[in-house]
Amino acid sequence: MGAQLLQYLFSGVTTGSIYAIVGIGFTIIYNSTGIINFAQGEFLMLGGMISVSLAHVLPLAAAVAAAVVITGLIGVLLQLVFISWLRSPSVLRMIIITIGLSILIREAALHVWNEKVRALPFWTGDETSSLAVLGARISPQVLWVLGVCGLMVAALSLFFRSTLTGRAMRACASNANAARLCGIRTSLLVTLSFFIAAAMGALAGCVISPLTQTQYDMGTSLAIKGFTCAVLGGLGNVTAAVAAGLLIGVLESASISILPLAYKDVVSLAIMLAILFFRPEGLFGGRPASLLGTRRA
Amino acid sequence: MSAPLLEVRGLHHWFGGLHVIDGVSFVCQPQTVKAIIGPNGAGKTTLFNLVAGALSPVGGSIFFDGIPTTGLPPHRIAAHGISRTFQATRLFPRMTVLENVMVGMHGRSRHGFLAGMAGPAVTRREEARVRVSCLDVLSSLGIADLARRDAQDLPFGRQRVVELARALASGPRLLLLDEPACGLNPRETEEMAVLIGSLRARGITVLVVDHDMSLVMGISDEVLVLSFGQTIAEGTPREIQANPEVIQVYLGADDA
Amino acid sequence: MSLLRRYLPVILLAAVVVIVQILLSATKLDYFLTQLTMSAYYTLVTLGLCLLMGYAGQVSLGHAGFFAIGAYTTAVLSTAGAGLLRFAPWLSIPTAVVLTALVALVIGMPVLRLRGHYLAMATLAFGFIVSRVILGTSLFGQADGISDIPAIRLFAGLVISGKRTLRVQNYYIAWTLVTIGLFLAINLVGSRVGRALRAINGNEEAAAAMGVNVSRYKLAVFVTSAVYASVGGAFLAHYNGGIGPSEAGVMKSVRYVALVAAGGMGSPWGTVAVSALLTFLSLRGAFGLFDDAVFGALLVAIMLFAPNGLFGLLPGLRRGGPRRAGRPR
Repeated sequence: MGAQLLQYLFSGVTTGSIYAIVGIGFTIIYNSTGIINFAQGEFLMLGGMISVSLAHVLPLAAAVAAAVVITGLIGVLLQLVFISWLRSPSVLRMIIITIGLSILIREAALHVWNEKVRALPFWTGDETSSLAVLGARISPQVLWVLGVCGLMVAALSLFFRSTLTGRAMRACASNANAARLCGIRTSLLVTLSFFIAAAMGALAGCVISPLTQTQYDMGTSLAIKGFTCAVLGGLGNVTAAVAAGLLIGVLESASISILPLAYKDVVSLAIMLAILFFRPEGLFGGRPASLLGTRRA
Repeated sequence: MSAPLLEVRGLHHWFGGLHVIDGVSFVCQPQTVKAIIGPNGAGKTTLFNLVAGALSPVGGSIFFDGIPTTGLPPHRIAAHGISRTFQATRLFPRMTVLENVMVGMHGRSRHGFLAGMAGPAVTRREEARVRVSCLDVLSSLGIADLARRDAQDLPFGRQRVVELARALASGPRLLLLDEPACGLNPRETEEMAVLIGSLRARGITVLVVDHDMSLVMGISDEVLVLSFGQTIAEGTPREIQANPEVIQVYLGADDA
Repeated sequence: MSLLRRYLPVILLAAVVVIVQILLSATKLDYFLTQLTMSAYYTLVTLGLCLLMGYAGQVSLGHAGFFAIGAYTTAVLSTAGAGLLRFAPWLSIPTAVVLTALVALVIGMPVLRLRGHYLAMATLAFGFIVSRVILGTSLFGQADGISDIPAIRLFAGLVISGKRTLRVQNYYIAWTLVTIGLFLAINLVGSRVGRALRAINGNEEAAAAMGVNVSRYKLAVFVTSAVYASVGGAFLAHYNGGIGPSEAGVMKSVRYVALVAAGGMGSPWGTVAVSALLTFLSLRGAFGLFDDAVFGALLVAIMLFAPNGLFGLLPGLRRGGPRRAGRPR
């Protein structure tokens, strides 16, 4: 029983850390633009798909690296083509544009790769290899996921705290006009935020691909769950977003033991709705959702 | 003294750790103009939003015509006969001036969702009545010619008057004006002062918030001075102008 | 506004419906009527969504969920739980509509407290939950959906059925529903309630200060739009004789949003025109493999270049609607 519990815990923490990365992606773009990018989940799909294709011709590490860069550039392209030139668009307009983009990316992926489920090879060993951790047997890929996601979060914190660009982005997030007056090139930073969010998403999409596979339409549910994490972190608190991601992941994996597998998403989405209704200000305080939703309206 | 129309007792409000309204009490006598002044950040607009129901006070109570209205939602407070304008005008975009004013009469008309769907067969009489009285309000403020204009396309000074018309359309007994002269040029301010003065003659009680002493002193019967959420003086404009503490607050502050 | 001018879109719609039928029947192209009938039922969904989004300004990315609840309820009642309804099978449709309205009421109460992104995400999640529940529940046929939904006999010999001989009759049933829906919508938006809805869209605080019960009105228009969707879903289920899980999908919800946006957001007649045409083309397979992509592209293009909708691009028509198009600021 204990081992089984641990098994669920590991599987929950694994998917949960992916949700957290999606949530952080939302946060980065939201803080630099006031936009919730509904296409955030598609970056993971793109990362997975591109790396699977490239892995046929390149070594795995190179394929992943290339997929991350390419997806990051796609993020930049989206921002430059569809978003950069709009002057103070309404919230409704931005929601519709980004949801439209998510559909376009998904459809493009369908035509480039078809509807088949794909997966990257395992980064270490294969699907049969496993490690014994405290009595539970886990795939080495789980460690890859946890390690990569942990590193991403750490690197991001370091970037925002210690580099000049990162600090400029935080300044930009708290007051774009003031930042502009101080000589910060805010438009460049907005583009950069799209690159980071897309590249992070792509890396998460690559590292999870061997475990959960990659399919063209996986983006929406990821986006909703990632958004839940972002909201729980008050759309700014990375630690809280990570905690929320892990919590949702574990609850989701626990639900499989009670409910049919098909209801897995129902559980986590119901949790998200409950959170929006009862704790819209996030787990750790902050402004309520109803106010945040109208920011820059 | 007759029974006050509005009575505010020991009101308290916090934002985070900030005590914005700290035990404010006052009354508004019927058919008078009362002004609340104070430097920026004194808590005027918060006080105002508490009375209008946009905020719910942390402590204290508010009575309108003897009825407790503390913490009621804004639409219920409006139904009691309190109407308001906003500091930065909040006209409804993509609607004509007349339509804006007709929304003001929302509380004085009845037909609901199903009647609305059933159409003019059911609603014609009421709609006609609403339209006529809103046009009356517009002409009484001298802007009947703007009725069909898009409210948002009007110059700012006119928008202020439209917002006043919208508030009047609800037939309020108490009208809350939030910095009515803010952003107006001297001539428009003068016109606004005349308009506000004329409201008393219509039997309307006015509570006006402003940090500009000049407008307020000319039109109000009573002035209450707020500073850091507390009442520091209350009296006639003349008394207030002579009050040393008020002078100190205003000279010490960076505006006024 | 004169009555004639107000109801011009309704009269025009009725005329176009009749003319199209006569033309198609005369030219032996009456197989088009099948897709036109289906497109009418989808148009009902967009019409309801137009009230919610265009007038009250509340986005919903989950309206396919209401369509599906309507369709699946009547489907289950008339295939599985026929016992009670044996003597009055048509009752399954009103039951479906009432149930959908109740779901909308329960969902709407908490959801509509949210604004902007939060509302969009919550409605998206609602739609997703509906589609996952359908896929995971054997009562709803999971991925196969429910087939063999019987035809339904209404009053006066009218039958909801996809049979070829009943094609013209069903075309008229469907488009009569749309015409009634348009009539009701136009009445509503021209009324005190419509004014209040537009005020809520413009500025919630100011609307509340004018005595508008903002949360009640939002809820009422949300439920109304869900009723429109469920009527479309329930009738289509009987017309097609089957219903599948893709009808509940996120893509369908997004498609409805795209059609409302292309119709000019706050324009019931524009929504009907765009929705009837594009849905018909889509059902005819005009967009081929790129069906969903077309609607995604439409959504992006409209919001980028023509936030007043397709008709907003024609300068002469910009003020032609019964209500000016709502342009997002």
